[in-house]
This record gives sequence, structure tokens and C-alpha cells, in this order.
Amino acid sequence: MPEKTLIQGINDGLRTALTEDPSTLVLGEDVGKNGGVFRATEGLWEMFGDHRVIDTPLAEAGIVGAAIGMAINGLRPVAEIQFMGFIYPAFEQIVTHAARLRTRTQGQYPASLVIRAPYGGGIRAPELHSDSTESLFVHTPGLKVVVPSTPYDAKGLLLAAIQDPDPVIYLEPMKIYRSFRQDVPKGWFEVPIGKARKVQTGEDVTLITWGSMVSMAEKAAQTALDQGISCEVLDLRSLYPLDEEMIITSVKKTGRAVIIHEAPKTAGLGAELAARIHELAFLWMESPVERVTGYDVPVPMFALEDDFRPSLQRIDRAIHRVMTF
Amino acid sequence: MLQRMDRVDRQYILPEGELTDAGRNIWNEFSKEKKQAFYRWMVQVRSFDRRLVTLQRQGRSGTYAPMEGQEAAQVGCALALSKEDWIFPSYRELGIFMVAGMPLKQIILYWMGRVEGNVAPDGVRVLPPYVPIATQMPQAMGAAWAAKLKGERSVSVACFGDGATSEGDFHESLNFAGVFQLPVIFFCQNNHYAISVPFTRQSAVPTVAERASSYQIRGIRVDGNDVLAVYSAMEEAVVQARQGGGATLIEAVTYRLGNHTTADDATRYRDQLEEKEWISYRDPVVRLEMLLKSEGLLTEAEIQDWEEHCRDVVEQAVKEAESAAGLPPEHMFDHVYEELPSDLRRQREELSGKGKKHA
Ligand SMILES: Cc1ncc(C[n+]2csc(CCOP(=O)(O)OP(=O)(O)O)c2C)c(N)n1
Repeated sequence: MPEKTLIQGINDGLRTALTEDPSTLVLGEDVGKNGGVFRATEGLWEMFGDHRVIDTPLAEAGIVGAAIGMAINGLRPVAEIQFMGFIYPAFEQIVTHAARLRTRTQGQYPASLVIRAPYGGGIRAPELHSDSTESLFVHTPGLKVVVPSTPYDAKGLLLAAIQDPDPVIYLEPMKIYRSFRQDVPKGWFEVPIGKARKVQTGEDVTLITWGSMVSMAEKAAQTALDQGISCEVLDLRSLYPLDEEMIITSVKKTGRAVIIHEAPKTAGLGAELAARIHELAFLWMESPVERVTGYDVPVPMFALEDDFRPSLQRIDRAIHRVMTF
Repeated sequence: MLQRMDRVDRQYILPEGELTDAGRNIWNEFSKEKKQAFYRWMVQVRSFDRRLVTLQRQGRSGTYAPMEGQEAAQVGCALALSKEDWIFPSYRELGIFMVAGMPLKQIILYWMGRVEGNVAPDGVRVLPPYVPIATQMPQAMGAAWAAKLKGERSVSVACFGDGATSEGDFHESLNFAGVFQLPVIFFCQNNHYAISVPFTRQSAVPTVAERASSYQIRGIRVDGNDVLAVYSAMEEAVVQARQGGGATLIEAVTYRLGNHTTADDATRYRDQLEEKEWISYRDPVVRLEMLLKSEGLLTEAEIQDWEEHCRDVVEQAVKEAESAAGLPPEHMFDHVYEELPSDLRRQREELSGKGKKHA
């Protein structure tokens, strides 16, 4: 099996879909000749041509609106938004239309499409390139939201998203685009949407996270283990729908949860997770749920971004707080 | 490319460094100092732009969006403005920032990822770079509208690229400006590419300027590598705006000689011959240099001196920026609200290590 980085997993997923499903196409800014600003679509334009890998004018509302129209008329578009911070011109199309076309037409037009966007910080990107606003989309009924954190999942989740009958926001943690390689099978395979990944098993605390914070959680779990604390680490992968079963089973076992995300705290996905745990596992809990998140400030320019993002030290402290409550 | 270039409404300094007849009439009105100022600014801008690229290469600053090749467009634009005018720039606007009075140190700090770099000194009406494409345009329009409502004489300028003309914000802004007759100038530097996407893929309409007629505002297409053409078009637009004559869309046809940013590789999508043509035959600085030399206003020695002076100024600014004390992490809370809500105060304390390690 070929070893691939996360971004190569995405590329492979797109290539596989374009090869096997003639109704699939890719559209966005710089996705064609340039192969994407991060090279996610590298080589696809050469292979599949201008009608299936399409450089569009610079207009996000146009890109997503067009993708919805194409989906209505039977194609399976994969739209790329160059950075999540630039998705907002398309917000109307996503929230008002992609998300509720199925409801409004009572199932007649399901809007099966994928919107990919790199997101998150940690790469010293220019100002306004580092947002994590996933909860805006999780909060919108009708959308599914997924985030891979491994090359294998990147491909499998993308193919599942393309195959999915509903609109899927597919967010790519750009910090880990190239941070490690993994075996990724050839051909079509899917990682089901709605299923989390148990990164490691543990007994005392459940660390719940996704995206580029997964490796942080793993490191924090290692530090905790050195101190005799055993952490279970869950990579949600699917932010909506949530894998309630895995989350609740895990926290019932450990009785403690620390949620880690880059996005700001207030009304971030951590708040929803904490509420669900409260609703479904209250009697099993040994301590209140802890959240380690970005602060409730606009993502700072990169000189301060490491201070904004959850640090190992902050996760470590949260683990100790739930252990000593 | 040459053919498209030939369709400009206005070209005063030809690539060979010679003035057209119309150009000569305008040029002859200028003082020696003014003529030299165009040149000096353009050289200084170029020198600084190159330094910012090397700073990134040396890992001393972050990703940078170089503007080499667009000096005439930016210097010509900014020199036509006065202190009371508002500028809403994009991120590729070094020349605009410099001429408008943004200290070099601030500009370097910005590219070093430091928010202090966004703050212009009092009296310099330049907003921070607008990174999301075309979003500056409605705001420039609104600032102009305010000036009109308040009876002020200031105009607003939005600077943007050719790619920006595809966004809804572009069309909405021009439409408002037409409907309300606003003192705003839409200054488009058509450098032919939006990252890798050529202008032909942005627009079936062959020029940006002709879009103006759809909104009943004036459109002018100038050779953007000809500082005189840009300056005079801007000057006219400013006069018109101040006199209540409404908005102008200026398209300055130019070319970015370098990559989109230091993270980009233009050889993937641009034809080498095309690049070479712009470098060898259409350079904005070279053409002005030839003109000044032919008029006896510039000697080789003066060129050397000025270039050295520019390097010194830039090095001094680099030193100042690199030795500027960094802001403490808790600074990220300082300007989020006028008054910090209590939960944010708690988070701030946690970050500064003063809190009870809990937020
Ligand atoms: C709304 C938005 N979409 C996408 C981007 C990513 N992006 C940054 S620069 C750029 C191209 C801009 O081209 P143009 O407007 O011609 O200006 P230039 O960079 O050539 O000066 C793109 C697509 C962005 N910054 N904002």
C-alpha cells in the first residue's frame, strides 16, 4: 500500500472519485492548472481536463451556488474554498440553500455536494487565514461536517462525503497536511460519516478532539501516562453527526472528559459535547467536563498564534483538574 | 498580451522611455522635484519590496505578497491623493502604504505576523490590508458616502486586483457608487493573474474599465506601468469626486513580476516568454529612469546614490522592526471589546498565568 500524507490522501480520494464516477467534478479557485494552492488537486486537471477540474472566477458564492445547481441537475460537485476564512461570501448559499434544499423540496432535491476547505492555524499563515469556524456549520441543520486527521481517513472520509446524499463540509487541518505518512489503500474505500476513531484506549479520562489537535491530545496522553493517568483519546472525525455512542460509552467508562479544540470556547463544539455528556452520562461522571480551547478572541496574527492555540500545558492542567476534582 | 495592452485609453510614457504628445503636455507642467519624486518613490518601493522577499526567505518574516512590477501603478495612485483622503488597500500594496505615510517598520511588523503593524500613525488614513478579496470595496464606498453626507471634501480609494472584480462586493460597490454619486475611486491593478487564474478566466468582458458603464460611472483604462498615465487618471478622478461628479473605476494594466506570494511558484502557470516580455520591455522603473536621464534630470551617480540611500533606509527599518519588543500573549485580549466582559477577563488571567489556572 502506498504511503501518503494527509493532503496526498485527499488528492487520491479526488482522483479515485473522478475516475470511478463520471458525475463527479472539482471546481474552485486555482484548482486546475496550479493544482490548488496547497497542491490538493495536483495532477487532476492534466488527467481529467478542463470540464471536470475547473478553475473558476474568484467568487465563493458563485462557486458554491453553482455546485448546488449542478447537484440539483444530477452532478456530484466537489467545491474547494481556498481557506475557510474565505467561505463567508458563500455562507448564504450554504446555510440557506445547501443545508435546506432537501427539506424545502421535501426530498425532491437533496443537494448532494462536498465543500472542501483548509482550516485552522499553526502554520504562520498570513492574517485571517487561520480560522476554525466549524461550529457555524455544525450549528446549521441539514449539513454534515467532517474533519480527517490521518491520511487514511482523509481519503476514506472524502469518498464517503462524495457518496453521501447530503451536503458535506469537509474541513482540512492544514497544519497536518504533510506532517506524517500512512498507508492508504488504492481504489475506493469509505470511512463512514458519523463514526469517531478511538486513537487509544484508556481508563481514567476521555480526551475528545479532532483535526490538528489529535496529535496534541496523544502527546498529552503520553505525559499523563508518565504520571500514572490513563487517557482514552477520541478523534471525532465527524463533527456532525456525532458518534454519540462512542463518546458516551467512553465517558461512562472513564467518568471524566476533556474536550480540546482550536476554535474559540463560547458556543464552540465543545459546549455541545459537554451538554450531551451531561444529558446522557451525568450519573457516571466523576468531575465536570473540561474544555481546552482557543480563547474567545479573533484568531491573533501569527506572532501570538501559539499562545492562542491549546497548548500541552493547558491540556495537562485540565487533565489534572478532572483527576483531582 | 501586447495586443491587450495596446487597448489602453491612456499611455504617456512609452516603454522606450519616450513621452507621447499628450504626455509631454502634462509632464512639462511638473516641477523638477515632482518628476524626481515619482522616480524616487518607485525605486524606494522596489528596494523595500525586494527586502521583504529576502526577509521571508531568511525565515525572518512570514509569507509576503510581492508587488515588484506594480510600482508605477501604486506610486501614481497614492501620489494623487491628499492627507484627508481614505485608502482601503489590499495586501499587495506596499507602494500605496509607503507613499501614504505608513512607517516601514510597521509594514515589516505586519508581515512578521504582528498586529501592531496594522496601526497607522495619526493622520494617515490607510486601513489595514484587506485580505479577503474585494471586501474593502463596499467599505471604501461607505466612507465616501459618509464624506458626502457630512459635506467633507475627502475621497475614498479602494485598491484591488483583477480577480476581485469577480466577487459580488465589486458589483455591489460600483452600483451603490453609481446610484448615490459617491466620491469613491475604484483602483484596480490588473496584473493579469489572480494567483494562477488568468484574467480571461475571470471575465468574458475583455477589460475591467468597461464594467463601469453598467453602473453609470466613469471607467478609464491606463497603462499601469506608466506612472504619468496612472497619476493623471487618478488626479482627474479625484477632482471629479471632490466636485460632486461621482465615482471612477480606473484599471491600471500591469504585471506582477514575481510570485503571487513567497509561497507560490508562478512558473507553474505563467508563460516564461510572457514574463520575459514584461521584465525586459515594460518595466515601470526602467522607463521612467530613461525618461529622466534623457531630460538630464538623472545621472548614473544619482541613481547609485539613491539606491544606496534606499537600502540604508530599509535596513534601518528592518533593525527597528526586529528589535521592537514583542507584545505579551495576553495582548490578544486588549482590543476585542471596549470593555472586556468578565469571562474574557478570566481567560486573560489564565493566559497571563495570574488566574487560577482555569478558564
Ligand atoms: C474572498 C477570498 N477568496 C479567496 C482568497 C484567496 N486569494 C488570495 S489572493 C487571491 C487572488 C487575488 O487576485 P487579484 O484580485 O487579481 O489580486 P492580486 O493578488 O493579483 O494582487 C486569492 C484567490 C481570498 N484572499 N479571499
